[in-house]
Amino acid sequence: MRIRAQVAMVMNLDKCIGCHTCSVTCKQTWTNREGTEYVWFNNVETKPGIGYPKHYEDQDRWHGGWKLDGKGRLVLRSGGRVKRLTRLFANPDLPSLDDYYEPATFDKDILVNAPAGLKDTPVKRPHSALTGEPMAVTWGANWEDSLGGAHEHAGADPNIARMPAEAAAKVKFEFEKTFMFHLPRICEHCLNPACVSACPSGAMYKRAEDGIVLVDQDKCRGWRMCVSACPYKKVYVNHATGKAEKCTLCFPRIEAGQPTICSETCVGRLRYLGIVFYDEDAVLAAASVPDERDLLDAQRAVFLDPNDPAVQQAARDAGMPQEWLDAARRSPVWRLISEYRIALPLHPEYRTLPMVWYVPPLSPVLDAVGAAGRDDTDADDVFHTIRDLRIPVEYLAELFTAGDADAAAGVLMKLAVMRSYMRMRTLDGTVAQELLDSIGMTAEQVEAMYRLLAIAKYDERYVIPKAYSKDAAALEAQAATQEGCSLDCEGGPGMSAEATVQSFHLVAGDEVRPGRPGLLSRRSDGRRGLTINPLRSRS
Amino acid sequence: MNTLVWIVLPYLCLAVFVAGHVWRWRHDQFGWTTHTSQLLESRLLRLGSPLFHLGAFGVIGGHAMGLLVPASVTERIGISEHVYHLTAVWGGTVTGLMLVVGLVLLIARRLVSGRVRRVTTTMDKVLYVALAAMVALGMTATVGTNLLGDGYDYRESVAVWFRGIFWFQPHTELMTGAPLVYQLHAIGGFLFLALWPFTRLVHVWSAPLAYLWRPYVVYRSRRGAPPAAQPTPAAVRDDARHPVSSGR
Repeated sequence: MRIRAQVAMVMNLDKCIGCHTCSVTCKQTWTNREGTEYVWFNNVETKPGIGYPKHYEDQDRWHGGWKLDGKGRLVLRSGGRVKRLTRLFANPDLPSLDDYYEPATFDKDILVNAPAGLKDTPVKRPHSALTGEPMAVTWGANWEDSLGGAHEHAGADPNIARMPAEAAAKVKFEFEKTFMFHLPRICEHCLNPACVSACPSGAMYKRAEDGIVLVDQDKCRGWRMCVSACPYKKVYVNHATGKAEKCTLCFPRIEAGQPTICSETCVGRLRYLGIVFYDEDAVLAAASVPDERDLLDAQRAVFLDPNDPAVQQAARDAGMPQEWLDAARRSPVWRLISEYRIALPLHPEYRTLPMVWYVPPLSPVLDAVGAAGRDDTDADDVFHTIRDLRIPVEYLAELFTAGDADAAAGVLMKLAVMRSYMRMRTLDGTVAQELLDSIGMTAEQVEAMYRLLAIAKYDERYVIPKAYSKDAAALEAQAATQEGCSLDCEGGPGMSAEATVQSFHLVAGDEVRPGRPGLLSRRSDGRRGLTINPLRSRS
Repeated sequence: MNTLVWIVLPYLCLAVFVAGHVWRWRHDQFGWTTHTSQLLESRLLRLGSPLFHLGAFGVIGGHAMGLLVPASVTERIGISEHVYHLTAVWGGTVTGLMLVVGLVLLIARRLVSGRVRRVTTTMDKVLYVALAAMVALGMTATVGTNLLGDGYDYRESVAVWFRGIFWFQPHTELMTGAPLVYQLHAIGGFLFLALWPFTRLVHVWSAPLAYLWRPYVVYRSRRGAPPAAQPTPAAVRDDARHPVSSGR
């Protein structure tokens, strides 16, 4: 056993209202730069829908993630090492910018500088943020928000294509009959990351201490294999710097014991951050189980129980401080995944062992109960709906359990029971033992689960131990002499020293390296930023 | 004049080539990239880029064979002058044509696609002009002189001079007698080497062959000391409420 700690996230989808605050604050923090206009480290998509980039879940097309070869060995779906090197010159699996969307900006000057006394109201028009040319906005990162355009597009959702035909036929995109929910997505910081495995330069790595997957901006050579290998399409090419960039799990904040910016600003308070212990030696075997539907349990089995004295001793032997052991025991992520078993991984069938898990939404089921003329506060009615309607359970199963509808329904049952149990408990103080028995949980567990999900106090949602170092004094001396963070270069993800200090509350006086001049990478117009000629009209 | 062109210039260019790479490696790791633009335009690239790169491998291999291997060696291992000539001319013509077609496609996509045009740096433009000039001169020499013309045995002159540079015995008289197109191609070649370290061509030295042997998942430890712990929002709020009474 080789014990490692991973900072992981769980999102409670029932509470997501699709406000995009996480996306906006993330973009302001990380990707509001030239070259990353189209990049959303955090995006919120509406399901059913084709997502961002379009059809990213269709691995027959993009060849992302892992698969088992004829002999049952785990291989990257896009092919082996030699095949990958032959594709350096042109990567056939790389999404084009149009698979994301062409970012637009507006010629606002035309409003600001409009002279007085105009007969017609001046109008600002969209221009491409890449070329400055006038454009028509026809797609975006959340174009399908709340099923916008679903009657045209959502039928192409790869998850529906994989559903049983009978169930898929029932998913009709008529607004009175359909269901929807929001799915916020960040990098999964996988235990078996396909992007890291596909990086020819070895520039991508998983941090040994906290499992955060990062791109070394100085080592990346722009071979762009990570972009196509990631089945979640959460690694992006910065077209200005020619380097790959991805969600950093806001590691400067995590190291300081603070939640990521998407979590901190989440209005619905639906995100949970904590650490999970896992056995690195068990990862490969777990990712290689023959049946896709066994992947969920296989990944759960990789996690180590932080209350087990043997695990605690192993963690101490591995050099982890007591604060980390305590944090692992209090971890909301561990509780939701392994104790209550209500959190599920997104697309376990990609075999990357993702580490951002989701509590599936009960609300589409409750909507279906209401639509069927049943009582959505009656546990029995909800149960029957979950069992009988199969919609949207089959759909959730495609997302979270590799198509295992029983596993998805089991989680929804727990959520429905918690709801009914707490209703009776609050209204007349009765303890509905038969409900508890039906899901095999104790009253204490259900009430603690209710507190974690519904009350969701800040300190319980985010249990993040401060970064540690085995030899703190030596590292501090090193920090005083070294250049600093490799993200802080001009055009790089952490380019603004001032913004970094503000966003991440670095201690005043901390060294943040100023941007280096991009001597050989400056554009021919010598400018950073976009030139828009408002007088040009769309052709 | 002959000394300047056939002795000073090559050594100067080689010095810039070496020193430029050392400087770039030390000071511009962040700029050391292929600078891929496939995201912005894929249709022309998917044809042009493999053609260009495979053509370039052939052409570079051909240059190595023609310039570095003395004629006496090929004869001793049983390759007659005639066989060598056929291989060199036809191999050079085919790979050269691949290079030309690939380069034309790659330049065309820079001109046609507004997105790619915008990410094209001044250095890229210089590089494309230099590449086009070098390829044009090289193709003139191979196709114009050796395939269609009377032929010229550069292995007795240009190649000997080129090898002499590395023995520190360059014989300028070998070059002064060569046809103009060979002279220009040789001068251009050295200038091109001097340009190399300052362009995206540096990605050639990062060809990721080590990928074939390394383990798939890379783990790396965090660098630097951990940042100081920061107060939680709740602590900040509570401190603001009780600034004095806490007795701190």
